[in-house]
Amino acid sequence: MSEIKKIATRDSYGNALTELGKEYDNVYVLDADLAAATKTGIFQKAFPERHIDCGIAECNMVGIAAGMATTGKIPFVSSFAMFAAGRAFEQVRNSVAYPHLNVKIGATHAGISVGEDGATHQCNEDIALMRTIPGMVVINPSDDVEAKAAVRAAAEYDGPVYLRFGRLAVPVINDTPDYKFEIGKGVLLQEGTDITLVATGLCVSETLEAAKKLEADGISVEIINIHTIKPLDEEIIVTSAKKTNKVVTVEEHSVIGGLGSAVCDTLAANYPTKVMKIGVNDVFGESGPAVELIKKYGLDAESIYNRVKEFARA
Amino acid sequence: MNKLELQKTANEIRKGIVTAVHSAKSGHPGGSLSAADIFTYLYFEEMNIDPKDPQKSDRDRFVLSKGHVAPGLYSTLAQRGFFPVEDLTTLRHVGSYLQGHPDKKHIPGVDMSSGSLGQGVSAAVGMALSAKLSNDPYRVYTLLGDGEIQEGQVWEAAMFAGARNLDNLVVIVDNNGLQIDGSIEDICSPYPIDKKFEAFNFNVINVDAHNFDELADAFKKARECKGQPTAIIAKSIKGKDVSFMENNAAWHGSAPNDEQYELAMKDLEKVGEALCQK
Repeated sequence: MSEIKKIATRDSYGNALTELGKEYDNVYVLDADLAAATKTGIFQKAFPERHIDCGIAECNMVGIAAGMATTGKIPFVSSFAMFAAGRAFEQVRNSVAYPHLNVKIGATHAGISVGEDGATHQCNEDIALMRTIPGMVVINPSDDVEAKAAVRAAAEYDGPVYLRFGRLAVPVINDTPDYKFEIGKGVLLQEGTDITLVATGLCVSETLEAAKKLEADGISVEIINIHTIKPLDEEIIVTSAKKTNKVVTVEEHSVIGGLGSAVCDTLAANYPTKVMKIGVNDVFGESGPAVELIKKYGLDAESIYNRVKEFARA
Repeated sequence: MNKLELQKTANEIRKGIVTAVHSAKSGHPGGSLSAADIFTYLYFEEMNIDPKDPQKSDRDRFVLSKGHVAPGLYSTLAQRGFFPVEDLTTLRHVGSYLQGHPDKKHIPGVDMSSGSLGQGVSAAVGMALSAKLSNDPYRVYTLLGDGEIQEGQVWEAAMFAGARNLDNLVVIVDNNGLQIDGSIEDICSPYPIDKKFEAFNFNVINVDAHNFDELADAFKKARECKGQPTAIIAKSIKGKDVSFMENNAAWHGSAPNDEQYELAMKDLEKVGEALCQK
């Protein structure tokens, strides 16, 4: 059997921008001295005159993008999630979101899968921060296909969008002829009756793996991929919860404020259901190879399988 | 407009500021009054704008980085015909489009929402960069407070503008010397302001913020300067022309009561009458 193709979504970002650049002459890419890491360097090579390296000054970069957007350009600002959503949070809120400007935030190196750089660079809080901002769209794609589609959808959408990408190469799982990306629409990956697994980002492929083992144990699993955390597809979640009455959320993000919280908010209001949140607990990450960290922090298929099995039988 | 007409206009703008802030029972009169002559010069002489077509594509842009002096900007926009002067009394009222800080989505003539200090200047730099990238002829102006330049983002923006030779950008610093907690010099001195901007590759011009001849000369020099952004450091009097507000940090962010409002308007009437004698 051939190896499953793996691509980091930060590469998808750089490639998708370059494709967009050919079609849209008003797409500009801003970076803060990380063009090689965020992969905007790919765009820079193709369109040097439309790539602005702002230097190591993320707050100013976001403000510059806001100003550019007022003149009709579509700026994609790029940095690590820690700095785009963290350091520049208030610029994103006040300079971009409050005037509802057409700025796209391409945040790479999200989550603990940053790996060796350790806790200072592992942002597990960005989804929580971004989804509290009125009018902000928050997208966390699960693979290369979805990431590229998300970048295109963001460019076509008029308003601020936060796009979350990873450093680690992850399996390509959406390479199917009928794949369709729509902002705000969850994707039903597998139907089942015993338990609903709602996953996002790189945890989608791990959850699919875990589900195979659960099915082998006789547990019927429904799997939903939520690529857009805001606006959340409430209908797909509530409909599934009504069927299974048990929901698990899986994300490479703090269990506080991310997908798990968003799903709980929806279910609490519409169909109170028991929910187990799998994610990074309320702790900082650490240095180490990404794959090992994903295991250590309980986000790999095996850990997901064990926890879901216990929860399903409880 | 000649100098006397500009002075009379600035006097009307100051009356609008005091009236708006009194009506709101809150707001920032001190820095609005110190910047009134700068606003007047920009909107009645310098900038290519059209109140009948606030969004015209080749307009010059203005970003009020010191967004708390919104009453100064609003009073100017009203005098210039962007919206009715009578609306100034709705400032900060629930349901009014005249928000406490500039709101580009709802206020005609406002090019950028602002108010969180240090952020407006970056947006202005983005507009200036945008014009350069597209070879658009418009110019970009932004007004900062001298307290505001304590924010690190101002210097990130200045470094970028200087490095990119954005000669279509004019940064004006309203140097009234006071911030909420007192004298800028005592709290965390940003002086020398001119030398700092020079170090960031700006064409720096020091002026008296209340002298229209000097303002005219400075903006002319800014237009003539190629390859560098311009910083106009405008020495001003906080609370200008309202006797009890002048040079008093207490009037940074508080509104006059009814009695104080009457006194303030009397002061401004006197200034207006003196101008009519000229």
